[in-house]
Amino acid sequence: MRTWQRPHYLVPDKRWRIALWIAFFLYLIVGIGSIEVNWQRVYEGLERGGRFIEGFLNPNFTRRAADIYSGIYESLTMTVTSTVVGILLSIPFGMGAARNISPKPIYLFCRSFIAVSRSMQEVIVAIFLVALFGFGAFAGFLTLTYATIGFLGKLLAEEIEEIDKKQLEAIASTGASWLQRMHIAIWPQVMPRMIGLSFYRFDINFRESAVIGIVGAGGIGATLNTSIDRYEYDSAGAVLILIILIVLACEYLSGWIRKWVS
Amino acid sequence: MLKIEHLKKRYKSGPWVLKDISFEVPDGEIVGLIGPSGAGKSTMIRCVNRLIDPSEGNIQLDDVSLSSLSSSKIREQRRHIGMIFQEYALVERLSVMENVLSGRLGYLSFWRSFLRRYPQEDIDNAFEYLDRVGLIDHANKRADELSGGQRQRVGIARALAQDPRLLLVDEPTASLDPKTSRQIMRLIQSICREKALSAIINIHDVPLAMQFVDRIIGLQGGEVVFDGKPDELTEDVLTRIYGDEDWTDVKPDDEDDEQESEEAA
Amino acid sequence: MGELEQKLVWESHTRRKAWTVWGFWFSIVLLTVFCWLEMTEDTIWFFVYDAPVQAADLIDRMFPPEWLYINKLYKALWDTLNIATLGTLLGVILAFPVAFLAARNTTPSTKFVRPIALFIIASSRSINSLIWALLLVTILGPGILAGIIAIGLRSIGFVAKLLYESIEEINSTSVEAIESTGASRFQTIAYAIIPQILPAFLSITIFRWDINIRESTILGLVGAGGIGLFLSSSLNVLAWPQVTLIILVILATVVVSEYISARVRSLLI
Repeated sequence: MRTWQRPHYLVPDKRWRIALWIAFFLYLIVGIGSIEVNWQRVYEGLERGGRFIEGFLNPNFTRRAADIYSGIYESLTMTVTSTVVGILLSIPFGMGAARNISPKPIYLFCRSFIAVSRSMQEVIVAIFLVALFGFGAFAGFLTLTYATIGFLGKLLAEEIEEIDKKQLEAIASTGASWLQRMHIAIWPQVMPRMIGLSFYRFDINFRESAVIGIVGAGGIGATLNTSIDRYEYDSAGAVLILIILIVLACEYLSGWIRKWVS
Repeated sequence: MLKIEHLKKRYKSGPWVLKDISFEVPDGEIVGLIGPSGAGKSTMIRCVNRLIDPSEGNIQLDDVSLSSLSSSKIREQRRHIGMIFQEYALVERLSVMENVLSGRLGYLSFWRSFLRRYPQEDIDNAFEYLDRVGLIDHANKRADELSGGQRQRVGIARALAQDPRLLLVDEPTASLDPKTSRQIMRLIQSICREKALSAIINIHDVPLAMQFVDRIIGLQGGEVVFDGKPDELTEDVLTRIYGDEDWTDVKPDDEDDEQESEEAA
Repeated sequence: MGELEQKLVWESHTRRKAWTVWGFWFSIVLLTVFCWLEMTEDTIWFFVYDAPVQAADLIDRMFPPEWLYINKLYKALWDTLNIATLGTLLGVILAFPVAFLAARNTTPSTKFVRPIALFIIASSRSINSLIWALLLVTILGPGILAGIIAIGLRSIGFVAKLLYESIEEINSTSVEAIESTGASRFQTIAYAIIPQILPAFLSITIFRWDINIRESTILGLVGAGGIGLFLSSSLNVLAWPQVTLIILVILATVVVSEYISARVRSLLI
């Protein structure tokens, strides 16, 4: 008679496994214990929750039709401009942040610019830009552009760093200038992925444009914020459904265009 | 005894993949199913354990009609039919032992199998089968650490763990080198002999089939075009199954094989 | 003759292609210019020109940061961590069944159940956690519970999408093999599917946790608890030195969580 126990490959030592599980449950108890809930308030809120679900299933597009229309319109124009400008600016920043092709001071500057953009939430950036540029779509445009530079710049820099150095040298040895080298050796390799990611970023920018409106940076977020604040859940539901539909349309369109490009 | 009567299969409204196939496999007989790709071999054996539902006809194992069972009842019958696959089809991230024990799933409740609480008898048997296929030292390795031949042995042990009455074998050697192929075929053959198991083996390597099976069924375009002993498989017959080709090379090489058995021993 | 004809056909083909490509880029430029004009219609350019001056003034007021304020932030950081972690757990638990209902090879019905699962995924992905939080605060009242649920709801779509894609990519013959032993549907999932997707699942979860840490730092802006609550109140009273410190703390948290997530994921692979 031989006994058999299931071997564990991830954490082979039994004591470690037990310790990890205990730690996990301890955290769960302490963490859940730290939630302070005002049950009275939740109970009162349930009715509103029901109304939200009702409003989402039964959206009212007409009451705030003008606000909704201008908000969506502004969100879309912000998204288009910020995505295009962001892509264009991400090219110099991305090349600057690639260790193998740019001088040290430029590399450090571009890297930190990108790093800050990536770690800062769009909403926080928007708060500052609204303080500097005033309320409205322009601050939102700048926020989304900045975020786009961080997102695409980092990916571009990584792609360039990964590209086979030999290929770059082979072209350099023909006496090509720096710009020619960029154009011939790097661009064709980076281009296809960048197109796909740009569409992906367009999609993200639209979703973010719905959020930064909450802090005054233009777009549909402001409309959404007021409807929710006034408990007009049917209007809020209408806005949310529009956002979902537009995001779905973007995804569908980008899939189609990517197929068409390749 | 497996009895197949007037089996037909088509996918949706496509062409007939199997056109009226009938044959019987008595207990303990090893049948080789040969034929060109697309002849319907793979569909044929998958119809037996209902991984694919046949369109028409009757399939009967002993006294149960497999083809008419509801999908919940078929599970009970699948336990009695072991299957061995071309690409081994192990769950690569599970241990060798878990792969063998998974042959017992049809006999176990969900929670027992989920918590790996197998009856001692199953565990004892699983070790015995692993020993039989020569992998007793690898029980706790992960399946993806094994070589192709070793993985196929685990696949055999899994089928054995089901305590089957019939083995379905789908191209067992297609992913293996010639020497390992022979070892695997010999293992399947000797296990069938020991347990008086009947088996249907899909195989495209004709010489290998002729060497290890009792009977050969040739399939062509979804129809049985040959059914007989391996030594009745003449050039004429092969041409009927596969089309025109020079068949003089296709002869089992006994000398070579003896040499190999010595090596293995 | 034939060759010439072929050449002509080929030329006109490439020429048409060149025209389409050109038209594509031109329409993008046109669209951008149009959007730019529309967007900046209401922009007050005086504010824009004045921004550098404002920026200099703001930076002057923001520094030095009020370092001692950190003592008030520990509890808020702990809350932020809890919002992200418990929210991730909630999201993952809900995403798991949704992924199985959405994957083509495991869904009980492609006509009925799968579209519903895909709709859940799309809605959750399209709506930012801050918007969920905004809604939930009006329903549940302010506090970290609203934050946890907001993070959970947003995570469902992300986790379920990546998970169902990895379910669709699994080796299907292993599934066939387990089915052929007479295993039930749930046994097949437990033996053939879960072992194959487990590494991807853990990696997706930790990746999402990292993103959730980032998102939970701002949920306080709408009252859903965590360090964002302090950011919001400092902004309201224009206490810029405090704002600077809070942003530094948020940046540090994000960097640490990114490091942890990258380490754990590299251990998993």
